Amino acid sequence: MTTTETVAAFAPVTGFDVERIRADFPILSRRLDGDRPLVYLDSANTSQKPRQVIDAMTAHYEQINSNVGRAVHQLGDASTQAYEAARVKIAAFINAPDPSEVIFTKNASEALNLVANTLSWARGDYEVGAGDEVVITEMEHHSNIVPWQLLTERKGATLRWFGLTDEGRLDLSQIDSVITDRTKVVSVVWVSNMLGTVTPLETIIRRSHEVGALVVVDASQAVPQLPVDVTALGADLVAFTGHKMVGPTGIGVLWGRSEVLDALPPFLGGGSMIETVKMEASTWAPLPAKFEAGTPPIVEAIGLAAAVDYLSAIGMDRVAQHEHAITAYALSRMNEIDALTILGPAEAVDRGGAISFELEGVHPHDVSQILDSLGIAVRAGHHCAKPAHKRFGVQSSTRASFYLYTTSGEVDALIDGLDQTKRFFKVA
Amino acid sequence: MDLQALYQEIILDHYKSPHHAGLREPYEAEVHHVNPTCGDEVTLRVHVEDGVIGDISYDAEGCSISQASTSVLADLLIGIPIDQAHGIHQKFVELMQGRGQVEPDEEILEDGIAFAGVAKFPARIKCALLGWMAWKDATVRAVTDLEAKI
Repeated sequence: MTTTETVAAFAPVTGFDVERIRADFPILSRRLDGDRPLVYLDSANTSQKPRQVIDAMTAHYEQINSNVGRAVHQLGDASTQAYEAARVKIAAFINAPDPSEVIFTKNASEALNLVANTLSWARGDYEVGAGDEVVITEMEHHSNIVPWQLLTERKGATLRWFGLTDEGRLDLSQIDSVITDRTKVVSVVWVSNMLGTVTPLETIIRRSHEVGALVVVDASQAVPQLPVDVTALGADLVAFTGHKMVGPTGIGVLWGRSEVLDALPPFLGGGSMIETVKMEASTWAPLPAKFEAGTPPIVEAIGLAAAVDYLSAIGMDRVAQHEHAITAYALSRMNEIDALTILGPAEAVDRGGAISFELEGVHPHDVSQILDSLGIAVRAGHHCAKPAHKRFGVQSSTRASFYLYTTSGEVDALIDGLDQTKRFFKVA
Repeated sequence: MDLQALYQEIILDHYKSPHHAGLREPYEAEVHHVNPTCGDEVTLRVHVEDGVIGDISYDAEGCSISQASTSVLADLLIGIPIDQAHGIHQKFVELMQGRGQVEPDEEILEDGIAFAGVAKFPARIKCALLGWMAWKDATVRAVTDLEAKI
């Protein structure tokens, strides 16, 4: 490198102590094969969990474990209180007007399927039927494509979508002819899990509401990374998942405006979701129980509440700043590498912390295999976003993704690892 | 982690210049196989003539392991009687599913023995088998079609 070139520098967030945060995550100090330290760059896939979350779940199992909402004994009371307190915390975390609007699901996929299915069963204003249109985008995760394909196919409705610009942004130039009077639902990702793009939700929500369409937001990558205020956002329904925000697997959240949730029919039938059951017919419990059939993921909800406490103590604005700083640094370092092409915005503007890329002449599987031998965990494949890959003429990509515990040293390790990968495969 | 065991020179050579690549006529069966977890794809044609694998042609998109393995497959099986080809296929599948415990027979598998190390990487076994599974599917179809015409 000559002295005239600008050397990319990491600009840390003042007062954000990454090493102290890392000390909370037991897995980050483990060693891999060859006694190599773990460089975990796969947080968009699932995040690691801090001691506080693991401990909260263990403590519940050790001291409180009991089913919720039905037992009169002391443990049942304590478990129900803890479960409902978790709902209140999560509602506060996303600034939901009422905790009963927070529905616990298995994950974001289930939350999105809940919406797509109940919209197909609904009668009245929200029913999606023949001739109606549902609008999504080309950068959606499969979990925000397939449920809508199923819905529109079953109901004789039409699925439409926004395309992408070459930079990996939503092409909203024809927004008024994509979202029209025929549109019943607009379901759109907030932060792309593949391209990293942050979508301009305000514009989409404004147009959707102009034509009376419901707006569903897949916030799976947004809630972990950004301060989220669903009241200010103005969407009708928002889905996200616990395991990407330092919480456990097995729990997701659907937030919805109570007016919408009240009007939708139940999703799964069973215990807890009923008001009364007769052999001829049943009636439904009020929100949120109406959408929580069966024993819910109790301990997972408590783990998610601990995750929310953990993130809140640090501050989501600071988490977002760190994510932005690390992403900006990684983008600038990756831009130094010949033969590397970034899929998605090349600058850290309106961009989340997932960077998908191609290394010319080396398949993503092989890139991730070489990186893995160095202890660096990235994701290779289509990241459940095949249409977005097709848009950029590729079948798969390698993805590095960052979170609050990612260091600039880990980005440097990635850059060195990519250099070694090029040498291994004799790519210039 | 033994990268050299996984990426034998033979594999990298086949990856850089795959043998018998491209789709050709004539053929009796064409199949399209996909690895749904990673998206690797292969379109593969088999031409059967007088009980012998007359040609294997393919268009593949995927990683070094899947590309090289399809190249080795074509090298090994073109010109071989169908029954014998199924035997070689069986040996390769056993090697891949052997968790690194199976000693490969170079007399039978030739360049295919380079994949012995892949068996120790569970995530990559499907890559190595993509072309082989496509070949078996195509050959069974080709033979069935030919029998139906007799």
